Amino acid sequence: MATISNTNNNQRIHPHKFTLWVAIASICMMFAGLTSAYIVKSNQDNFLEFSLPNYFWFSTIAILLSSVTMHLSLKTFKARERNKYKLLISITVVLGSIFAALQVEGFISLDNHGIRLIGQNSNAAASFLLVIIGLHGLHVLGGIIALLVMFFKSFSQKIKNYNSVPLEVVSIYWHFVDILWIYLLIFLIWIR
Amino acid sequence: MSNEAILHANIGATLDVHGEHQEHHHETFITKYIFSQDHKTISKQFLITGMVWAVIGGLMSVLFRLQLGFPDESFPWLEDLLGKWWAAGGHITAQGYYALVTIHGTVLIFFVLTAGLSGTFANLLIPLQIGARDMASPLLNMLSYWFFFIAGIIMLSSIFVETGPFSGGWTAYPPLSALGDASPGSKSGMDLWIISMALFVVSSLLSGLNYIATVLNLRTKGMSMTRLPLTVWSLFFTAIVGVLSFPVLLSGFILLIFDRNFGTSFYLSDIFLSATGAALPNEGGSAILFQHLFWFLGHPEVYIIVLPAMGIVSEILSINSRKPIFGYIAMVGSMFAITTLTFLVWAHHMFVTGLNPFLGSLFTLFTLLIALPSAIKVFNWLTTIWRGSIRFTPSMLFAIGFVSVFISGGLTGLWLGNSALDIHLHDTYFNIAHFHLVMGVASIFAMFAGVYHWFPKMYGRRMNNTLGYIHFWISIIGAYLIFWPMHYEGLAGMPRRYYDYSIWESFKQFSELNKFISIVVFITFSTQILFIINFFYSIWYGRKETSLNPHGATTLEWTTPIKPGHGNYRKYLNTSLGL
Ligand code: HEM
Ligand SMILES: [Cu+2]
Repeated sequence: MATISNTNNNQRIHPHKFTLWVAIASICMMFAGLTSAYIVKSNQDNFLEFSLPNYFWFSTIAILLSSVTMHLSLKTFKARERNKYKLLISITVVLGSIFAALQVEGFISLDNHGIRLIGQNSNAAASFLLVIIGLHGLHVLGGIIALLVMFFKSFSQKIKNYNSVPLEVVSIYWHFVDILWIYLLIFLIWIR
Repeated sequence: MSNEAILHANIGATLDVHGEHQEHHHETFITKYIFSQDHKTISKQFLITGMVWAVIGGLMSVLFRLQLGFPDESFPWLEDLLGKWWAAGGHITAQGYYALVTIHGTVLIFFVLTAGLSGTFANLLIPLQIGARDMASPLLNMLSYWFFFIAGIIMLSSIFVETGPFSGGWTAYPPLSALGDASPGSKSGMDLWIISMALFVVSSLLSGLNYIATVLNLRTKGMSMTRLPLTVWSLFFTAIVGVLSFPVLLSGFILLIFDRNFGTSFYLSDIFLSATGAALPNEGGSAILFQHLFWFLGHPEVYIIVLPAMGIVSEILSINSRKPIFGYIAMVGSMFAITTLTFLVWAHHMFVTGLNPFLGSLFTLFTLLIALPSAIKVFNWLTTIWRGSIRFTPSMLFAIGFVSVFISGGLTGLWLGNSALDIHLHDTYFNIAHFHLVMGVASIFAMFAGVYHWFPKMYGRRMNNTLGYIHFWISIIGAYLIFWPMHYEGLAGMPRRYYDYSIWESFKQFSELNKFISIVVFITFSTQILFIINFFYSIWYGRKETSLNPHGATTLEWTTPIKPGHGNYRKYLNTSLGL
């Protein structure tokens, strides 16, 4: 690699990757806003206390695994092992979808236990959970869509594209939403 | 490691990606002027859209000044023009008045001075001044404009809904913003307002990401960060402030949407409604929470507005004084200091919310600290023009005007930043005077300066100077005559956002003054029409620019052809030799 990267520009990080890093900072600020609002609220008397349904733990396993398969699919892509890559990226999509489904299950289970997320008799503690986890879920959905685009691109036979930048961008994003979830989970357990 | 090779080769390809456009120009009208990805066209789109909004927002201020200056008179033509909702019996109605001030504030702050200012000059200048062929992502750039455009259409349509547009002030505090029953404007007008603003935030984020990535990644060879023109630095810092503060506003809006539409209790509590006489079912919400989330953006937002103005003014003052800017590093350093401090002062807008006095003193401290970098900048502007051989072009005059109103308005910031004084001054006309001078007039002046200055680069022609001089002198005299007296009104306790002051004995003394201010507003607003005529006339009939570098500037945009094509530069630049 050192052979060709001795001119000025080639040392720089790819602009699309860089844009993603800035976007990640931006997304972090949004969740920082929400979680600090949550902290302020949690000091109020009527902030409901309840424990998180187990679904959120199971979903954590799913998203952690998906990060592993994401990592491997990038590796196989770079090694040009097409079939392995296709398999791994499909598994990542499936794991991501399982994560999303389990989050929804988590909310349903809260509702079944009489903890209203919205509307009459809802408590800000539960509504916050919906907003914060839901918003994270939307970011995961965005990631799934990006993964699907990558997946279908790998079937196009006409152009053999070995440019790994798009996949790297998606992979950075995917690891980010994973880490973000871990942060949110710890945060939500800690501050009750 | 062959993949790495491909990866790296691809970076070069990205830098090059628009070079090819110059060769094959198969652009249709639509791709060239409407869905264009050329940063120069997008810049013009932002400018003209911003101007349309400036006229709309300005007309609104003319209407509410009509009410404030002449509360007892009736103008039957108003009802014919605007209809009963706004002007029953020829009087601006109370609901119409609140709608006008709210949309005036929203539109001028966000659409004109944020999107219009940054969108125009960041798009025009960042690629041209760093020697890039276009933005890091021209596609995102185009999307950013169209999100802004749609946000505008939605805001515009909110003016025409039956219950009127949102009327709770540009700060959109709950409960007026959270509770549909709170006022007419809180109904569908507010729904449209919040959708429009959410799209606007997306637009700002997309463009901010792009600006940052472009400045850091696409500088031409030799264009090190310490050589960047101050315009680029200022737009860069602006983008950083934007991408870090707008998301927090978005989170505040999301909670607001939940309170409005899904019955949650983030901001709403069991308050009583006069309409129904019953308490709301909500429990435990706090409107103060919204204020924190809002002002965490709201304060940085004012610097999002003024930082690009500072950059433009630095550049124009130096060029027209025929001197390099005084204290370049100090200028960058003070902008950095502003960028950092601006995140630590938001609660100075909330001194009267029952804020813990200790916290209040901390926020006072940080607020007053911001005065330091601001003062350094002012000092450097003055020393830049000191003993220069000054050319008083219209753009130079507007730049000097910027410095003048920025000083006048900045000094009153020191009063307001003292929590003890602010308890008296908060939400009075003193505040209105402060922020209109330091931000409103100042940034609009910088925008004028920038347009007069870079017009030859945008359209290959010149604007008319005589009209420019008339425009400047009436604008600056008007601005002072309008806003200076408001300080006295505010010191006497006259609150902002009241519909009719004539019913208070203590404010009757100001009725003549208010009339005077309103008349000056009408004159000053009409003068802006001169600028608009000058602008559009000159696009087609202005004197043709013949010089590559008409102002004798040292920045790269003047090394391109007079009307650069898509891709800007004919060949790669290497500024390590030339500049
Ligand atoms: C010397 C620096 C400054 C200080 C110490 C300062 C301080 C303050 C304070 C304490 C307030 C709150 C007043 C109140 O609501 O009672 C305020 C309001 C405001 N300031 Fe400044 N300011 C400074 C410079 C600026 C600049 C440079 C801008 C814009 C470019 C700006 C824009 C505003 C705006 C828009 C408001 C009013 C917002 C509203 O209530 O609608 N200020 N300022
Ligand atoms: Cu402020």
